[in-house]
Amino acid sequence: MLLKEGAIRFPVVSNEVFPFPTRRDSPVIDQVGVEERAQRFCARSLKKETKVTALKLAVTMLDVTTLEGADSVGKVRQMCQKAMRPLPGDPSVGPAAAVCVYPRMVGTAVKAVQGSPVQVAAVATQFPSGQMRLKERLDEVRYAVGEGADEIDMVISRGQFLQGEYRAIYDEVAACKEACGKAHLKVILETGELTTYDNVRYASDMAMAAGADFIKTSTGKVPIAATLPVTLVMLQAIEDFYERTGRMVGMKPAGGISNAKLALQYLVMVREVLGAKWLTNQWFRFGASSLTNDLLMQIRKQETGRYQSGDYFTQD
Amino acid sequence: MSNLSIPKTYKLFIGGKFPRTESGRILEIRGAKGAFLANASRASRKDFRNAVVVSRKAAGAWAKSTAYLKGQILYRIAEVLAGRSSQFEAELTAQGSSNAEADVAGAIALLVHYAGWSDKYQALFSSVNPVASPHFNFSVPEPTGVVSTVAPADGSLTGLVSVMAPVLVGGNSQVILTSGKILSAISFAEVLATSDVPAGVVNILTGMRDELVPEFAKHMDVNALLLCSDDDAEKKAVELEAAENLKRVSLQADKALSPSPYHILDFQEIKTTWHPVGV
Repeated sequence: MLLKEGAIRFPVVSNEVFPFPTRRDSPVIDQVGVEERAQRFCARSLKKETKVTALKLAVTMLDVTTLEGADSVGKVRQMCQKAMRPLPGDPSVGPAAAVCVYPRMVGTAVKAVQGSPVQVAAVATQFPSGQMRLKERLDEVRYAVGEGADEIDMVISRGQFLQGEYRAIYDEVAACKEACGKAHLKVILETGELTTYDNVRYASDMAMAAGADFIKTSTGKVPIAATLPVTLVMLQAIEDFYERTGRMVGMKPAGGISNAKLALQYLVMVREVLGAKWLTNQWFRFGASSLTNDLLMQIRKQETGRYQSGDYFTQD
Repeated sequence: MSNLSIPKTYKLFIGGKFPRTESGRILEIRGAKGAFLANASRASRKDFRNAVVVSRKAAGAWAKSTAYLKGQILYRIAEVLAGRSSQFEAELTAQGSSNAEADVAGAIALLVHYAGWSDKYQALFSSVNPVASPHFNFSVPEPTGVVSTVAPADGSLTGLVSVMAPVLVGGNSQVILTSGKILSAISFAEVLATSDVPAGVVNILTGMRDELVPEFAKHMDVNALLLCSDDDAEKKAVELEAAENLKRVSLQADKALSPSPYHILDFQEIKTTWHPVGV
């Protein structure tokens, strides 16, 4: 696969797989402590210049997403246009990091973003439930990669995880990683269904050991999606993994991040937990559909001093 | 009966809730003779922004609700207000009003007046237009959307209701700024909250005119503006700012609006339909 002009330059894909971590290898999470610390990130004061920089940075970190039964070729093309040029008339904004679509739409998206640095991500492995035999799920990954996807967002089998079949999760992530080839693998933990921070931490540790390039909170299809505390738990897992192995893993909160203010709080958290090294779209992404316009509206607000209206922005 | 005297903190009314201002600032409300009456919230730009967001969300459903329902709800506001008239009279008197009783009665009468208009102004302002082609051509009024309203500064209840009711019955959602004598405005919000007015359709902010009026005119997601003012410089500034997104602007004298269906028309868009006529 040729690297696109100006594309995000990932380091050579690491196929390094670490041994299966047992539950005891993962620390127990202090729920109250995590929630309090996450709350403190919301109280940082950002001055205007920083805010504008952060808003523009957030736009470049977007995985502009459409995952609906009603997705059509036309809609995906339109969304790709928006990802490439989020604010027509202002080339300093964007482009977004990637577009995220179902495997059937990958071909359309690849054509639409050709020649731009925007990557194409595909959800696979029977997104969003993951309730299918591994063989078919891997076939789906290969199909999406064959269509030209640069990144694969897989879901883990939460049912098996909750049944205690941890090794099955490790194996399926490793198998997906292999099926991805040169494509990057994002592992969706669906934290809303894992129910406890301890589970989230263990699932993160396992996914990273099995070769995940990114860990991602949610599918966006269950009521409880990304939250600051759950992202904090995952960021700490990434930090510990990096210290232990020297391998950087990316983070992608997805679902429920619908306004710019919240997005900035995430950026503050990443900066304070992992450091500035992670503050690029190579290591941090937002999975969102409605966040794009709110970011653009806030950028325009900072420029013009006027609170903006959705009427003046493209609806993708 | 309790002998406890519990001084009330007057908060804002946004989205059917009574939040404090996010800025944490207060206004001290003093009576006619300078005695301390209460603390009220001093709304900020951000409070206004939040109010517009909920207003926009509420606008669609309110515009679509039937004329019958709108009339019922306006009448219900009058009913609830009548039941609490003594509280309003006491508050207005404490703020220096000399004819509080007439003020409250006038507000109730205005609500009933506009309740009656709810299913009639459409017929009055619609028309069938003669055209020189085989079309049935007709024009009907439709709600403008989100309206920002600056209430008269005299603090009278009639003044507040006279600007709120025509905008409300026309199917718009609104954010109202009251300043100066504001006790009865927030008590009136309590009436709205218990009168089946959908959350977010009417929002009331208390604050400083200098600070908020420019924002009322600037916000791109506001479709129209009603300003009661006698200050020519203020009016001009508002018109200039409002031009940016072509807000519909209604400039009125700084006193209660007299009841008239034309105040409803001020916040309506006229939609014209060309319908082909068959042979």
